[in-house]
Amino acid sequence: MYDRKKLAGIATRRKKWHDDALTPSLRKTPQRLDRFSTVSDEEIDLLYTPDPLSNLEYEEDLGYPGQYPYTRGVQPTMYRGRLWTMRQFAGFGSAADTNARFKFLLSQGQTGLSTAFHFPTLMGYDSDSPRARGEVGICGVAVDSLKDMEILFDGIPLDKVTTSMTINGPAAMVFAMYLAVAEKQGVPFHKVGGTIQNDILKEYIAQHSWIFPPEPSMRIITDILAYCADNVPRWNTISISGYHIREAGSTAVQELAFTIADGIAYVQAGIDAGIPVDKFAPRLSYFFNAHMDFFEEIAKYRAARRMWARIMRERFHAKDENSWKLRFHTQTAGCTLTAQQPMNNVVRVALQALSGVLGGTQSLHTNSMDETMALPTEQAVTVALRTQQIIAEESGVANTIDPLGGSFFVEQLTNGMEEKAMEYIRKIDEMGGMVAAIKQGYPQREVADAAFHYQRLVDAGKKRIVGLNAYRSQEDAPIPLLKIDERVEKQQVARTKEVRRKRDAKKALACLSALKEGSLTPNVNLMPLLVDAAREYVTLGEMCDTLRETMGVYTDPAMF
Amino acid sequence: MATAKGKSVAATPKKAVRKIRILVGKPGLDGHDRGAKIIARALRDAGVEVIYTGLHQTPEMIVSAAAQEDVDGIGLSILSGAHNYLFPRIITLLREKKMDDVVLFGGGIIPDDDIPKLMKKGVDRVFTPGATIQEIVDYVNVRIRPRK
Repeated sequence: MYDRKKLAGIATRRKKWHDDALTPSLRKTPQRLDRFSTVSDEEIDLLYTPDPLSNLEYEEDLGYPGQYPYTRGVQPTMYRGRLWTMRQFAGFGSAADTNARFKFLLSQGQTGLSTAFHFPTLMGYDSDSPRARGEVGICGVAVDSLKDMEILFDGIPLDKVTTSMTINGPAAMVFAMYLAVAEKQGVPFHKVGGTIQNDILKEYIAQHSWIFPPEPSMRIITDILAYCADNVPRWNTISISGYHIREAGSTAVQELAFTIADGIAYVQAGIDAGIPVDKFAPRLSYFFNAHMDFFEEIAKYRAARRMWARIMRERFHAKDENSWKLRFHTQTAGCTLTAQQPMNNVVRVALQALSGVLGGTQSLHTNSMDETMALPTEQAVTVALRTQQIIAEESGVANTIDPLGGSFFVEQLTNGMEEKAMEYIRKIDEMGGMVAAIKQGYPQREVADAAFHYQRLVDAGKKRIVGLNAYRSQEDAPIPLLKIDERVEKQQVARTKEVRRKRDAKKALACLSALKEGSLTPNVNLMPLLVDAAREYVTLGEMCDTLRETMGVYTDPAMF
Repeated sequence: MATAKGKSVAATPKKAVRKIRILVGKPGLDGHDRGAKIIARALRDAGVEVIYTGLHQTPEMIVSAAAQEDVDGIGLSILSGAHNYLFPRIITLLREKKMDDVVLFGGGIIPDDDIPKLMKKGVDRVFTPGATIQEIVDYVNVRIRPRK
């Protein structure tokens, strides 16, 4: 992209500048730190110039938005055509509580829904299970059966609003219930759009809401891929997620590498299950973290797009351009928020959200300032949503595409990000792919090491966090917190018991035995069986228990 | 808890006859183990014998592991908001097993308002976001002694 002769001249003159101008200046004013590094502790130079970019080719490495390799963005118009989807993750208490929050968010200009389920649902237990005690409706919304789903989406037209659901271990079961609600609303499956996270591999690495061991889990996932390709073509079948890997303490490079390696494992599994790559790959999407180090994050998103395009075209020989495009959701990093001086979190979130937008995200969740302490209040979530709207409407950053493209710094960071992530991916390939690597505990150990290293840097004051180890206040002004009513648990347990009493018991049992039988038979797609079960008000816990019997359960290897 | 509670933190402990044994536990269904693992590793590096339960433990599983491993203290990490159920339940089970001299402490996403209530029920110390590794290691070294 650059004239090599000119670059050589620049390199020479840079050296001269270093000796003649910089060195004497440093003698007078030494640098604040011995070493400048990103939040991932990657060293950063004092100045970036074009000379190390001699191999960068504009058309091959950057190209044009909407064209291979998509470094500059996945759509030709990007935000000039349509802004990113503003999608706040919400869920607490009962289905009715969350339905009210959904409607509030939509009334405030939010453009898509995102559902947070409570831990018992995430782990495949009903609210009346002994495992659910103390957790009902606390960290998300309680969903046990179709009844709860009906209440959750009451008055929300599922052919108009797309819904993202953070659900993994029991993704197929919750998705089946969602389809059953759509059916009750009279919406045909081919008009239903949305996303299930359904990324089980990162559960083993980071988020830890699993049910079954890796192999049967991968079978359920390929069942979903095949089912959606034929029946629910607008559905995003897997949201391959780096978010949780990063929250668990990984570096930016690890987040990128392990997430793309997970993506490779899903594509391979789909191909191995006999589904043509271009039939399912266009519906895979990604989900990344927006952490605190502004440029490192932007480089991560740009590198992710380029890597995925190359992997899909060169490694998997996908022909459909839509298989090459890495579309992604972004959430600001919860782990960077501080309980100290919580109002400062608004500023952190704004910077992180800006990096997501400058990185070309397709949808965005901005955290609320109170989330280190509780689920957000209505006031806090409104400020978070307004932060996105200010970036979109006032800052001017959405006026042009990839405004940081061509920055010497950002392009070098992007290249470095890709190179280092590809090294990890090669290593994982050598181990036999991500499933094998997870079984060896490799990504888990890498993340735990990085988390420990970072915590040591913070504790030593080498990474400074305002309000925490720098600029502390004597007393933090308290902010109001959302409290979950203790009655939610009682009411939810009663509702689920009533659902079991009122349904057609014979039909429910028949669905469960069909499911059991199906799970024991290879080449049977479990999705239609789960949709049948959902229609008959079979509960999530019952579906999961049935499959636990035939598929087994996964337990934490408890390494530290 | 009852015997330990009476002692002042600053009191000079008896000479340790063996290493301090701590169970680091993750009760409930939440999967956030970044903090628990960091603390487990830091305590181990500081010479404490650490048993880590892994995720998704019931209160019964935690107390039974504590009994089997004969630990001197239990550190619980809870980020699910279920602390008001899980801490008291584990205290009840410890009392039933006559293990109330095991020091129970914890940390996680625990609102300030809940902390006095938990301490009143017998939780010895609650660490909130922002606590350093060293604070927790120091607490364990000063506060917890081998039970025999």
